[in-house]
Amino acid sequence: MIRLMKSKNNSGEKEGTSVVNRRLFLRSAGLATSLGTIVISAACSDDDPDPMIPGTGDAVDLGSGDIGVLNYAYALEQLEAAFYTQVIATPYAGMTDAEKTILTDIRDHEVIHREFFKTALGDKAIKGLTPNFAAIDFTKRDAVLGAAKLFEDTGVAAYNGAGKLIKDDGYLLLAGKIVSVEARHAAVIRDLIKPKSADFAGDDILNGDGMDKAVAPADILAAVKGYVKDTITGANVGK
Amino acid sequence: MDIFKIIDDFQRIDGDALGRLEYASRRHFMNRIGSKVAQAAVPTLFASIVNKAFAQSAGAVAVLNYALTLEYLEDEFYKAGNAAANLIPASDKTIFTQIGKHETQHVAFLVKALGTSAIAKPTFDFKYGGAFGDVFTNYKTFVTVSSALEDTGVRAYKGQATALKADPTILEYALQVHSVEARHAAVVRRLAATVTGNAAMKGWITGKEGAVPAIYAGEDNMTQGGKDLKGLASKSDAAISEAFDEPLSKEAVLAIAGPFIKA
Repeated sequence: MIRLMKSKNNSGEKEGTSVVNRRLFLRSAGLATSLGTIVISAACSDDDPDPMIPGTGDAVDLGSGDIGVLNYAYALEQLEAAFYTQVIATPYAGMTDAEKTILTDIRDHEVIHREFFKTALGDKAIKGLTPNFAAIDFTKRDAVLGAAKLFEDTGVAAYNGAGKLIKDDGYLLLAGKIVSVEARHAAVIRDLIKPKSADFAGDDILNGDGMDKAVAPADILAAVKGYVKDTITGANVGK
Repeated sequence: MDIFKIIDDFQRIDGDALGRLEYASRRHFMNRIGSKVAQAAVPTLFASIVNKAFAQSAGAVAVLNYALTLEYLEDEFYKAGNAAANLIPASDKTIFTQIGKHETQHVAFLVKALGTSAIAKPTFDFKYGGAFGDVFTNYKTFVTVSSALEDTGVRAYKGQATALKADPTILEYALQVHSVEARHAAVVRRLAATVTGNAAMKGWITGKEGAVPAIYAGEDNMTQGGKDLKGLASKSDAAISEAFDEPLSKEAVLAIAGPFIKA
């Protein structure tokens, strides 16, 4: 969290950087294209290192089989938990009491998910990841809720895509217990952004059969790699 | 619907699916779709391929027909609600129109997938034997029943996940519908909180907070993966119960849905 705070302060101090970061984020926020694939260009790709971001990440292998799937979920929950922890630590301008209650609830759920996976994995758990939220302007409501929407929709698509990779009945049920909570988050965040619209389960994310996305780990990891400093490999997840 | 993706998916289950088409190659199939004459024939052909793939597992057919029963129920409920005069306020119309659209899509998908195995639509009684007598004239009742139906749907799909493990393609479709039911449930629960003045009702389920006790029985479970999570990360019992949705068995769901079904 110290690193998070540091990078946030950096972007807050330098207006020019902040604008660039916002633009990168807006570009990266395009989760769903008309083709239904996930296209999130990394806000900080390998060949375009952002000098604003201190520290470097480690190589993290999620492992294989069900352990790989659980570590995959643990990795995503770590990012979500860190994101909402920051949101509550440094509320955006004009955050209403109702919004704060909702975002605090979501933070708690994500922290619980993270700690649950950490406990369940025991000594097979991957390390604590170092998030990279430099592209998110935590002072702005639009930026924060836009990022929240992206993380929640991505979480839903990730769990939906991971289901068929899980071999153990108990773990499959657990994934089911969590994914619907992520979907509830996605709907509420989307309703905060555009109240009483159709966006809570919008045509931008659902297909013509009224279904959410289901996305394979490799595509999800590519989609979130701009938000984590570590290099995560999940080639054997579920195998 | 991406017809080719679905055919590809079924190919994985049923390697001979395309072989049963009148023309063996995908290119021929595409050409057939492109011609006006073929357009009429395609749905039948497609349904038979899909049906063949699904028919590989009798268990999957049973689960899909169970899902279809619930989707028929939801679809008809929203069709009636959206058509009722002076029921849904203009401000909330968009939400219920969107939900209704999805339920219609879910019914259509399941009917097509099941083909000749699809059950016929039952006759429904949304007044639930009189308990919800004013469901289509009183918005409070309508929103309450809607939230209960959506939360039941979430629990019902979740309860079938492990039964679909042998049919990974169908499991994935079920999960993709399951999360949409959860999106519906969240937004309707928030409407219900406002309309009924129940501030304890959130988009997620705190303890077993919801309109109809039987539907929320067990939602306050604190044990996950064999571990009692009480006190985890110093979070409240409320937060821990909210963080996990609980499944319901088919028997429990049908007992809840039973009074809605006349025949």
